[in-house]
Amino acid sequence: MSITTKDVEHVANLARLELSDSEKEQFTGQLNAILKYAEKLNGLDTEGVEPTSHVLPITNVMRADEERPSLPIGKVLLNAPDDEEGQFKVPAVLE
Amino acid sequence: MSEPNKYETVVGLEVHVELHTNSKIFCGCSTAFGAPPNTHTCPVCLGHPGVLPVLNRQAVEYAMKAAMALNCQIADISKFDRKNYFYPDSPKAYQISQYDQPIGEHGWIDIEVNGETKRIGITRLHLEEDAGKLTHVDGGYASLVDFNRVGTPLIEIVSEPDIRTPEEAKAYLEKLKAIMQYCDVSDVKMEEGSLRCDANISLRPYGQKEFGTRAELKNMNSFRGVQRGLEYEQFRQAEILDSGGEVVQETRRYDDAAGKSFSMRGKEEAHDYRYFPDPDLVRLHISEDWKASVRATIPELPDARKARYTADYSLPPYDAEVITSSKKLADFFEESLAFAKDAKAVSNWIMGDLLGYLNSNGLELSDVQMTGQGLGEMIGLLEKGTISGKIAKTVFKAMLETGKLPQQIVEEQGLVQISDEGAIAAIVSQIVEANPQSVEDYRAGKEKAIGFLVGQIMKETKGKANPALVNKLLLERLK
Amino acid sequence: MALNDLRLHDVHNKLNSKELSVAELVGASYARIAETEPAIKAFITLNEENARQQASELDKQLQEGGERGLLFGLPAGIKDNIVTEGLLTTCASQFLSNYNPIYDATAVRKLKAAQSVTIGKLNMDEFAMGGSNENSSYYPTRNPWNPEYVPGGSSGGSAASVAAGQVYFALGSDTGGSIRQPAAYCGIVGLKPTYGLVSRFGLVAFASSLDQIGPLTKNVEDSAYVLQAIAGYDERDSTSANVDIPDYTSALTGDVRGLRIGVPKEYLGEGIDPRVKEAVLKALSVYESLGATWEEVSLPHTEYAIATYYLLASSEASSNLARFDGVRYGVRADNPSNLIDLYRKSRSQGFGPEVKRRIMLGTYALSSGYYDAYYLKAQKVRTLIKQDFDQVFSRYDLIIGPTAPTPAFRIGEQVGDPLTMYLNDICTIPVSLAGVPAISVPCGVADGLPIGLQIIGKAFDESTVLRAAHAFEQHTEHHMLRPQL
Repeated sequence: MSITTKDVEHVANLARLELSDSEKEQFTGQLNAILKYAEKLNGLDTEGVEPTSHVLPITNVMRADEERPSLPIGKVLLNAPDDEEGQFKVPAVLE
Repeated sequence: MSEPNKYETVVGLEVHVELHTNSKIFCGCSTAFGAPPNTHTCPVCLGHPGVLPVLNRQAVEYAMKAAMALNCQIADISKFDRKNYFYPDSPKAYQISQYDQPIGEHGWIDIEVNGETKRIGITRLHLEEDAGKLTHVDGGYASLVDFNRVGTPLIEIVSEPDIRTPEEAKAYLEKLKAIMQYCDVSDVKMEEGSLRCDANISLRPYGQKEFGTRAELKNMNSFRGVQRGLEYEQFRQAEILDSGGEVVQETRRYDDAAGKSFSMRGKEEAHDYRYFPDPDLVRLHISEDWKASVRATIPELPDARKARYTADYSLPPYDAEVITSSKKLADFFEESLAFAKDAKAVSNWIMGDLLGYLNSNGLELSDVQMTGQGLGEMIGLLEKGTISGKIAKTVFKAMLETGKLPQQIVEEQGLVQISDEGAIAAIVSQIVEANPQSVEDYRAGKEKAIGFLVGQIMKETKGKANPALVNKLLLERLK
Repeated sequence: MALNDLRLHDVHNKLNSKELSVAELVGASYARIAETEPAIKAFITLNEENARQQASELDKQLQEGGERGLLFGLPAGIKDNIVTEGLLTTCASQFLSNYNPIYDATAVRKLKAAQSVTIGKLNMDEFAMGGSNENSSYYPTRNPWNPEYVPGGSSGGSAASVAAGQVYFALGSDTGGSIRQPAAYCGIVGLKPTYGLVSRFGLVAFASSLDQIGPLTKNVEDSAYVLQAIAGYDERDSTSANVDIPDYTSALTGDVRGLRIGVPKEYLGEGIDPRVKEAVLKALSVYESLGATWEEVSLPHTEYAIATYYLLASSEASSNLARFDGVRYGVRADNPSNLIDLYRKSRSQGFGPEVKRRIMLGTYALSSGYYDAYYLKAQKVRTLIKQDFDQVFSRYDLIIGPTAPTPAFRIGEQVGDPLTMYLNDICTIPVSLAGVPAISVPCGVADGLPIGLQIIGKAFDESTVLRAAHAFEQHTEHHMLRPQL
């Protein structure tokens, strides 16, 4: 599998990154190198091997349905780049 | 116009139901509806850097309970996955949901349409978190984001494409709502968004096996809206097919006021949600003991109650269906029965007077004061002859408005029926003597004249005379 | 007064006898920072005013007597990806350059309970992605042993600050070696605890299934004390292990007789600097002399670890870093034309090249059509790597090898070649994938640059790891060496 600049553009779009042409070119090369390196995993037979998403055998971690205090609105909005009427403000989805 | 019955409609519904836990699914913030914006938020549900989710046990158990009530198989092992997408109402830019190991699968519910029972399959039921709310401002150039709703536990219930008509869709939703209500896992209020529905609809010529191309219909705000939206979509797709066109696979927004659906093409792009197991949460191992303990909390469900009402009380299936469609109504019915013998009479009052009143005034049962005990006692008074049918109507109205018990209403308003033969006989004599012309007419064969006399007697007694006794004594007197 | 020449007991004794005050300790920390920071650049944000005020409060408490925290009065540096309420937490990223946290990480709350004094927030590779601190978006931290060299990373600021005597101890985070490797490069002690031992709540996530907070200290005893203060179950972290926490300092007996040590041949094979290999073999002979035994063992899937790690960690990172969207916090790009433009511009301006590279890699690995080939495959190989460790640990108490294949490299030497840079982590990454604990302790110097010995233990057996590290330290003098600043 080889990544094209078009793939890089598609992935950048999914990740909401805006890449310059030189970045696109650089990432295409670097991602290809890394993925080529990663292809060595294909040499391993993993038939019947369970995937590990957690190293610890922990299951069923749950909390009781108890309400806890929420934050004061000042803290909620402390870092807001833009806010209005106690809410976060963003531009519309489309122009 | 499309020729009727040329196409078969195929509908699958995706229903989201908010679970009414006290706290959110992954943090301790309140889930109460209607608080000022962003006052039910914390670093966890705001998606601040470094925060971690901790699962609410009650949400899991409500989801299990709902899945069981929908006849689903409950997973032995379940897990949570991240659904990745950017949108301002999703603070982490991923929604914690369940991808390939949902809580429940392979369920079904039975619906009743035109007197026929039909089974609709449930593909799956999974648990996930709700998103926040956007309000558009500045003439649509900006949006405000309120994260209060973020993290409210949701179950998504996906049906099989077994639904064939808009009417069936509505019946399915009503049944689903009733089951959720019986289970007491949600408020299921569509107007507050605690029940939301999207529909996939396609048409195919009768006899064709393959499904046609489907459209996904969104933004239907009531059960009737779902029915109307599907009706419109049926019509729209039939026209396209008739004219030799092709239905486009797309998401469409239904505008109930306009009675039309509109393409949302361009407003969304192809999604690649990149689901993967959420490394911040651990697996659920659902043991048989745990399942049994949740199963034990499920009350008698609508179908079981309906069967019981038809078997034990001989109610017509339609009456039983209507009464059990709402848990509150069914409970009201049973409460009434504790005070009255005649179940059919109770059912008639509910089906006729009570539902008529509620429907014509746009009210819910909980909006009126009357209790099941009140209705039952009133019917008991009728059975004993203490009040007449006519008085019962007066009492019924008073109960709706005041919630007082019938005995009290009857006493306060002096509505007790006169059943004393002597007293009625005296009034009968009085009226017969005062109306010789009518007596003569009756004896001359004018049957009608008796009605006038009865009316006079009832007028004299302000309607309280036992009508059967009046008839009997009057006829004796006129012999 | 350089803080790296004091021992914890001495400090507390001197505080008791009033020979020393917390204000003096904290003052010494800032004085040392003023003196050495221009050359080292270990800090991003200093907490001087609050720290001095806290020092005077602690001194007042000292006068009044009563119970004192385990780390009472000790000047601490905190890696800048551990959230501190009211104290800027940037992750060395431009995106978070103005982020003022609204809560404390659990580890920070525990330090507060232990009464250490937070001196400031330490430099790092942006979002902990890197092994040299060159990926800090502010400035690279330099190695106190030679400012032309990298301090390692991503906890490079933490390691350099401790090595330079600016703070008494530091907290770092380790995802694939980010505590151990800089500790090795800077000649100090760095411990990565078992996954699940220290709460991750408030650690800005890079790769959630691998990230762990741990101490960087100048000796093993301090490492045990700091671990004692921060370890333990946290109801706010679902991946936190509900295990009993032993008394780690009581494990420091100096006795390693009978310990069985496995030495993976893969860690001493091709690509290992001969000077590093020699130092490790010397260390093993020390253990032999102390009554432990060692044998060569194999961790056969080691060669797959780096590919596995970069796929898994980058995939998790691509999702973890999606929340940096410019809506609720962080630096929002100016004049976005619409929402998607806001996302793209804010993220592109806010993230550095390595962060973008890993987000791209992870997004690709999770994307439709590639998930099974990359992400799922890597999760399966992770199982095999973990089984390698299980097998060796069924026969051995510890695994010992180098922390890094070479000593520190020159600043700029490996920039632009991400793959070579990734290969520096060959000895630390498998350990992270297996989730087991490991410590790096100084075991030699080559051309004026320290070499680290990595001691790896069974899950939740930090006691044995610390015991072995401490015994080695007691019988060698590597940890006494100090950089000339």
